Amino acid sequence: MGKNGTRRAEAMATLARLQARSTILEHQYYFRNSVVDVFRKKENDAAVKIQSWFRGCQVRAYIRYLHRVAIIIQKWWRSYLGRQHYQLIVKLAYYTMKMNLYNAMAVRIQKRWRGYKVRKYCFNYYYLKEYLRAVSEANDAIREALDEFADMQEREEKKATLEREEKKRDYQARKMHYLLSTKQIPGIYNSPFRKDPDPWELRLQKAKPLTRQRPRVTQEHSVSLSDWLACRSARSFPQSEVLPPIDRKQCQGPFRDITEVLEQRYRPLEPTLRVAEPINELKEAREEFRRQEWMRNVNDKMFLPFSSYHKNKKYIPSMHSSSKYGPDSYGCQHFRDENPKKWICDKDFQTVLPSFDLFSKYGKSYSKAGQIV
Amino acid sequence: MSQRQVLQVFEQYQKARTQFVQMVAELATRPQNIETLQNAGVMSLLRPLLLDVVPTIQQTAALALGRLANYNDELAEAVVKGDILPQLVYSLAEQNRFYKKAAAFVLRAVGKHSPQLAQAIIDCGALDTLVICLEDFDPGVKEAAAWALGYIARHNAELSQAVVDAGAVPLLVLCIQEPEIALRRIAASALSDISKHSPELAQTVVDAGATAHLAQMILNPDAKLKRQILSALSQIAKHSIDLAEMVVEAEIFPVVLTCLKDKDEYVKKNASTLIREIAKHTPELSQLIVNAGGVAAVIDCIGSCKGNIRLPGIMMLGYVAAHSANLAMVVIISKGVPQLSVCLSEEPEDHIKAAGAWALGQIGKHTPEHARAVAVTNTLPVLLSLYMSTESSEDLQVKSKKAIKSILQKCTYLPALEPFLYDAPPNILKHVIGQFSKVLFPWIFRDTSAEGGQLSTTY
Repeated sequence: MGKNGTRRAEAMATLARLQARSTILEHQYYFRNSVVDVFRKKENDAAVKIQSWFRGCQVRAYIRYLHRVAIIIQKWWRSYLGRQHYQLIVKLAYYTMKMNLYNAMAVRIQKRWRGYKVRKYCFNYYYLKEYLRAVSEANDAIREALDEFADMQEREEKKATLEREEKKRDYQARKMHYLLSTKQIPGIYNSPFRKDPDPWELRLQKAKPLTRQRPRVTQEHSVSLSDWLACRSARSFPQSEVLPPIDRKQCQGPFRDITEVLEQRYRPLEPTLRVAEPINELKEAREEFRRQEWMRNVNDKMFLPFSSYHKNKKYIPSMHSSSKYGPDSYGCQHFRDENPKKWICDKDFQTVLPSFDLFSKYGKSYSKAGQIV
Repeated sequence: MSQRQVLQVFEQYQKARTQFVQMVAELATRPQNIETLQNAGVMSLLRPLLLDVVPTIQQTAALALGRLANYNDELAEAVVKGDILPQLVYSLAEQNRFYKKAAAFVLRAVGKHSPQLAQAIIDCGALDTLVICLEDFDPGVKEAAAWALGYIARHNAELSQAVVDAGAVPLLVLCIQEPEIALRRIAASALSDISKHSPELAQTVVDAGATAHLAQMILNPDAKLKRQILSALSQIAKHSIDLAEMVVEAEIFPVVLTCLKDKDEYVKKNASTLIREIAKHTPELSQLIVNAGGVAAVIDCIGSCKGNIRLPGIMMLGYVAAHSANLAMVVIISKGVPQLSVCLSEEPEDHIKAAGAWALGQIGKHTPEHARAVAVTNTLPVLLSLYMSTESSEDLQVKSKKAIKSILQKCTYLPALEPFLYDAPPNILKHVIGQFSKVLFPWIFRDTSAEGGQLSTTY
């Protein structure tokens, strides 16, 4: 147990030596570590810096490389996409171009067709213009015609009023005929102090004196002579509706019997044969006869005789007496000329055969000559 | 002697009756006496005199009754209630022409007041006797009978139908051909009154051959006759297209246009009424009138008269223009628009202004050309003032508003639209602005268009 003990004693000695140095050791250890530490830190920092820079460069280079590569990939990929897109666009543009062309052509066709259709079937502009022009012409014509018509009416009215005035003045002149101036006495319209007579004076000279107007009796259509005397005018013997009483006393004096007087007064007219018949009695009798016949006819168309049945040829005048300018006036107009303007009235002469009154006085005259006793 | 005295009593009585009846008839001509007569009980006194022995007293009593009944409807009702009518009708068949005239006068005087009184006349069987009177020889009797029938038929369609059923129409057509002017007038007026109620009645009148005779008589110089004839033809033509065509086939054009130049105002009015009734049915009939130059004649006629006489002419122009754009263009070139604007500004009455506004609207509504022709004459401000003024009637306001709207919707004439920007109300202003936009947009887009020089098609 010696070795162990020596060892232990050595150890204890070292330990005591160490312990004695330990505090300095501690400090020295601490100082040396700290100085080294400082250097170490500095060097560590520096190393870290260098390493980080270098690593940074490395990574950057790597990233650059990656970028380059990515760009290449993207470039290729995008060009591929772009070419696809471009093809689509080209297709679309081509398609729109074709469609536009078709549309434009279709518009041309439709334009022509619609213009044609509207002009031909629906609305013809020139026809409308022409129609409007024709209508305005018709309007003008109508306006002129109506103006003329209104003018004509006015003129006629004026003429009618003038004529009425003229008639009135004429009538007045006829009424005032007695105011005409004579050789001895100048009339009121012919005063000696005037240079020339008043126009009324000339009118009075021309006027026919007015006869007194008899009251017009409205007669029936056929007035025969026999009821001429039964006139009911107020100036003739008055007829009362009430008959006079039968047993009236006779008026005193040399009066004739009233019945005789009335008989004589109202004796009917006994006209001669010549007077009693109208002057165109023959013609009237013929008309009457014709009227009776017509009354009895069943059909108005007369039977034509069969002998004239074949006479239906048209008359062809001879060449000598007809020309293409109308009938020749050689025979009618130059030998016997008629001037209608000189005719007094428009009626032709009538052939009148009056009756003769050989037997009208038979039995009515006072003489008894010729009577058989 | 005593016989003479007895006879004298009767004479005196007869004289007294005659005098009484004549005095009453004379007094009844003046309206101020009729009240007194009525209060004195004249009806009951006149009634037995109708059955008098002496014909003159009968006639004068009938005449007096007629004059009294003519005055007002109370007296007419008293005549009906007093059972006088059956007696009149009975004796109408037998008596002489003076009595017939007087009795027909009484029937006319009673029948003119109201439909009930006319019905009462029909109920006592007067129609058959009146129709028999129409066949009488004397033109005065015919005139009185035709007048009575006309007044009865005037009220409504049933009474007209009764008159037609009694067989009056062929006889009236015969009366129209008689030489007396007064009879023709009355017969034409009676036909006009019959045919105005319904198309069937008008067809009956046409079937009796009236149109040919009426059309011939348009040339007659008498003004009152022309009035009645034109009125009859227009009442016939107004109901349907077929009737209007039949009237036109009777060859009234262009003779009717001379009536538009007549001196009598009512002849002008009735002539323009006739033309209006024909023009309003179809475009073809309007075309016929236009081709005959009727539009110019009507425009001249409008220019020469005033007031209510103008109204049918204005309406005729409106109807013609309403049918189609071409006809409206015809109205424009015949110088109708200045005339219508003159009517619009110078007439005082509202209904005539309303008609003028309507007619202008019908002319201007078709295409921008038409609207321009209306706008150039400066009528749009007048129409606007009529619409805005508070004094115009409602009808006038409605019509002028419609006219403004329809013209504005087609109007592209900017100088006429400009005044509207300042004083139009908002509901019209929006149309004005719409029109401005329509006119100005193409201008704007012309300058800022796409490269190909194409207009953008959507704006």
